[in-house]
Amino acid sequence: MKILSKILIPLLTLMFSAFTSLLSAQTIGVSIPAATHGWAGGLNFHAQETKKRLETANPGLKIIIVTANSASEQANDLEDLVAIYSIDALVILPFESAPLTGPVRNLKRRDIFVTVVDRGLSEPGLQDVYVAGNNSEMGRVSAEYIKEALNGTGDIVVLRGMPTVIDEQRFDGFMAAIEGSNINVLDHQYANWNRDDGFTVMQDFLARFPKIDAVWAQDDDIAIGVIQAVRQARRQDELFIVGGGGMKDIVKRVMDGDRLTPVDVLYPPSMISTAMELTALKFISDTPIEGEYILGSPLITKDNAEDYYFPDSPF
Amino acid sequence: MNFMPRIDLKTAGPFIALVVIFVIGILVNDAFLSTGNLSNILARSSFIGIVAIGATFVITAGGIDLSVGSMAAFISGCMILLMNTLMGSIDSMVAIILLALLASIGIGAVAGLINGLLTTKAKIEAFIVTLGTMGIYRSLVTYMADGGTLSLNFTIGDVYSEVYYGTLLGLPYPVWVFLTVAIIGYVLLNKTVFGRHCFAVGSNENVARYSAINVDRVKTATYVLQGICVSIATIIYVPRLGSASGQTGILWELEAIAAVIIGGTVLKGGYGRIWGTVVGALILTLIGNILNLTDVVSNYLNGAVQGIIVIIAVYLQRGAWRRD
Repeated sequence: MKILSKILIPLLTLMFSAFTSLLSAQTIGVSIPAATHGWAGGLNFHAQETKKRLETANPGLKIIIVTANSASEQANDLEDLVAIYSIDALVILPFESAPLTGPVRNLKRRDIFVTVVDRGLSEPGLQDVYVAGNNSEMGRVSAEYIKEALNGTGDIVVLRGMPTVIDEQRFDGFMAAIEGSNINVLDHQYANWNRDDGFTVMQDFLARFPKIDAVWAQDDDIAIGVIQAVRQARRQDELFIVGGGGMKDIVKRVMDGDRLTPVDVLYPPSMISTAMELTALKFISDTPIEGEYILGSPLITKDNAEDYYFPDSPF
Repeated sequence: MNFMPRIDLKTAGPFIALVVIFVIGILVNDAFLSTGNLSNILARSSFIGIVAIGATFVITAGGIDLSVGSMAAFISGCMILLMNTLMGSIDSMVAIILLALLASIGIGAVAGLINGLLTTKAKIEAFIVTLGTMGIYRSLVTYMADGGTLSLNFTIGDVYSEVYYGTLLGLPYPVWVFLTVAIIGYVLLNKTVFGRHCFAVGSNENVARYSAINVDRVKTATYVLQGICVSIATIIYVPRLGSASGQTGILWELEAIAAVIIGGTVLKGGYGRIWGTVVGALILTLIGNILNLTDVVSNYLNGAVQGIIVIIAVYLQRGAWRRD
């Protein structure tokens, strides 16, 4: 595979780019993390869909998607995008902010249009367009719902992701929003954004606390594990669960009016589509697009769930 | 420690550690002793426990298998896809599930055979072979799931979930499976010729070869056993959440190896103990459980506590081992 991508693909694409440059096509490179978990799977799905849509609608536009398993692999990808595909624009969801700031700065020096998605770079002003979700807003929206549903009083447990900036922002946003109310966080533990740990941690919470009014699972994969643990303990009538992300299984439950998961909070992997569409606009129209776009984290309820349900997406 | 009879500490080390951790659990939270919590712990430890019983054979015979976690994810994925596909063509749910179980065992045995043959016939170090297959199975399951999660059809999931959530004489089925596998493993390792050959091959391959033991066959057999153990663990894992993804079974290989070593099996081979492995798996699960039952320790330090306890548990029995 490595040999293939190192020799064959460059050769082929050299021929290709020679051909396409004759037609004066514009090339957009898209660099994202590989599909190693649910949310990233959704990200890859939406990137591929958007590529198809944009290329069909605009024959002069070429989109190259590369996926990486680590920050250093992503830095290599960026070099390849410039050297092999001579891209005109880059859409990047950085693995980590600091290690990718330098590589992106190098691209910027070559006058490549840069769109950064979700995770900002360490140096301000490098990007032309910034598209991101809002993690602390996601925590706040979840907290507001739980406060309202419990009338400001109750005992809850929190399952967190992994100790990263994203998790901190969500958690801090949540805690800030419940401050001053009588919502009591019994305990919070990491569930590593996966179903198995969601199940295990929730089993232990259920064994430890005789009364739980609500669960903030923060992520839909964790929420799936929590649901199973609650069912096993037959305590589905005493509590409800708020996940996050917008996974189709959970959105479906919300749509069906499941009492256990009355709402979900969106953190859309389709933000990559927003970024790609905006970047494409740069080349196919005169629309000014430079700036920052912060997507909201709307509450998905029974009434609007249909708008957020993508049955074909892997997430 | 000299006044203690040395044979006692050597075999009893892991058991003493288990009792100590158990007492800590009782002190930490009353809920620890509730029947619900105890049966959760037992059912939860059965996955790693069963995998670790297989690993006891591999390690005793001087090998190592790093692929078990991704193998479990891969087999889970295959089972789910197979059951979802069969849904349309076969009416009986039980028949579909039984076919999936057979397929699971088959895939596990073949996967183990591949690891074994690459190690013995192709003469590649087990560490490298299984590091390679570990990456292969992990990306295969991610590919099969399209980067997302494979979910078992709900109708069949409802029937199959009984295998994880159902109980017999008050104990969940996974615990019975764990116990059965442990007993079979004990007999195989301690009461049969094959078991003695595992010890011999692990102690000294050349001496074993001169003693007319078919070393390659013994080693390959341990990997096949490991594969079958992984598939048994998968069979009781799938009905729990009915899903598989690239995240499934992550780090199971290290937990299984840790359980084996805590239990008193020697990492470089030549000596293995099934009941020690069972206790090792229980200890690992207990630590996680107790940390969830208390907020005395900061979340951020969970890994450190686990590390310290694993090292202490191994020190307990090594202290005696060294004097042998």
